Amino acid sequence: MNIEDIIKEENKVYSKPELLEEVHMHYCPGCSHGVIHKLLAEVIAEMGLTEKTVGVSPVGCAVFAYNYIDVDWIEAAHGRAPAVATAVSRLWPENVVFTYQGDGDMSAIGTAESIHAANRGENIVMIFVNNAIYGMTGGQMAPTTLIGQKTATTPYGRRVDLNGHPLEITNLLKELDGTCYVTRQSVHTPANVRKTKAAIKKAFENALAKKGTSVVEVVATCNSGWKLTPDASNKWMEQNMFEKYPLGDLKNV
Amino acid sequence: MKEEVRLMKGNEAIAHAAIRYGCDGYFGYPITPQSEVLETLEELMPWETTGMTVLQAESELAAINMVYGGAATGKAVMTSSSSPGISLKQEGISYIAAASLPALILNVMRGGPGLGTIQPSQADYFQATKGGGHGDYHLIVLAPSTVQEMVDFVGLGFDLAFKYTNPCMILADGIVGQMMEKVVLPEQRARRTDEEIREQCPWAATGRKDGRKRNIITSLELESSRMEVINEQLQARYREIEDKETRWEEIGTEDADYLIVAFGSIARISDKAREIAAEEGIKVGIIRPITLWPFPTEAVNKAAQGKKGVLVVELNAGQMIEDVRLAVHDALPVEHFGRLGGIIPSPEEVVDALKSKIIAKL
Repeated sequence: MNIEDIIKEENKVYSKPELLEEVHMHYCPGCSHGVIHKLLAEVIAEMGLTEKTVGVSPVGCAVFAYNYIDVDWIEAAHGRAPAVATAVSRLWPENVVFTYQGDGDMSAIGTAESIHAANRGENIVMIFVNNAIYGMTGGQMAPTTLIGQKTATTPYGRRVDLNGHPLEITNLLKELDGTCYVTRQSVHTPANVRKTKAAIKKAFENALAKKGTSVVEVVATCNSGWKLTPDASNKWMEQNMFEKYPLGDLKNV
Repeated sequence: MKEEVRLMKGNEAIAHAAIRYGCDGYFGYPITPQSEVLETLEELMPWETTGMTVLQAESELAAINMVYGGAATGKAVMTSSSSPGISLKQEGISYIAAASLPALILNVMRGGPGLGTIQPSQADYFQATKGGGHGDYHLIVLAPSTVQEMVDFVGLGFDLAFKYTNPCMILADGIVGQMMEKVVLPEQRARRTDEEIREQCPWAATGRKDGRKRNIITSLELESSRMEVINEQLQARYREIEDKETRWEEIGTEDADYLIVAFGSIARISDKAREIAAEEGIKVGIIRPITLWPFPTEAVNKAAQGKKGVLVVELNAGQMIEDVRLAVHDALPVEHFGRLGGIIPSPEEVVDALKSKIIAKL
């Protein structure tokens, strides 16, 4: 007896997206990246864009995104994904290009590239995963780290006088005439996962329609970096992150 | 566009050549003394004719990473800058080399270090030929001495870059970029169609059409044993380029007593010095490396044989002289003459240097 005999097609409520590779992800258990990858894989396949999509992966935990989603990929230098995507989009206008950037990539080292690509209104999708910490390098402060939040480089909590304020880059991107859709979502509940999927789909539709730059921020957990269990991380995010980074559409034109 | 004879600056010629050699995309950021490249492209509006993309980026960092992105999709893309801007591009250049991508980078050198001067220099020889960015890699480095070579090397540079899937740099000095000369612009070469690119560059991130396996352009490999293999493959390619693509020019080296080694516009000043010396009965030959990497080591060694001394003339404090010394193995005196800070030596100064640094000491 195999799995098809037990689970009949008519009863199936869920299956792994066809574009998600049959490999173990390197992400920590409880990490949000896996869910976001799944949503991207679903949206790309459902929209029939498998042959037209080029992903640009960042430096950070998602550097290996190219190992997981079965489309063409370019791995960019830290912070430069929007510049890389700009060229791909302009040189292959029939293709759809998305960047996948963390908070360091988007709002620290790559601030200039992110702002200027969005300000030019490049027809690209920017997926911005904000977990308020640098996961890959071992949990240091990100520009989006909250005041009082402990990280490896703010061991006593982030202080405004020493470290400045949390940077709400998405709010800046919203103000630019080149962006057509700027939204902030999360993937910590099934309802939020569905909303994030709808947001990613809308962003890809905008890119196809040449409406300009779409930014989907996903406020996410990093339970390893935060030193909390996955469940406690979700609660901490709800209690602390959403106040500074409230969910919802910031711009939709 | 048919072949055409024009009078123009080296930088303007680069822009015309890029269009005529079928370049798909140029991404740059203004910096003196090469801003005419971007200005000329914007004026010519090639997106209306050949379909070439031209974009003024927000920085040199962005520009080189746009080149990385375009090259990753198999398009013929280029950037240009001058010394401080080229320093900013080094991270991206290392990534392009590591990912084995074809791209063309023009450096119209100005004097450094730091912000330096906007006057001509050749002080980026080390940076261009020895690495520049991090890691073990090489660019193919072409050194034009005429505006015509600025044009020709755009075509040659793209051809070599795609043949070896390796970035190529045109290392021009500010003199060649700024001076006006007669130039023959080539007939328009058609840009490759997307279908041709997919066929010619099966490795490129063009969208995995017709169910082909996905392409991943990356320079990252955390498994040491695999990273060593990647490095060995790069080194094997560099050895092949050294074997097949070393280029140089010789003038009067066979019956000369002295040898001058110089590249770029300084080779032309040195050639005038050769004529002046000949009138005084001093027989000088010139060897001009055209590829600075791969350096024409054997050719320099051969040309130096039987000579009394070698003068290396450069617009820097002594950079190429190290490669010349390695080529001649201390078999004869090798001395350097250079001016710094953007000062261009006269041919008479070169003759005087030959006399004082070589002939007087024999």
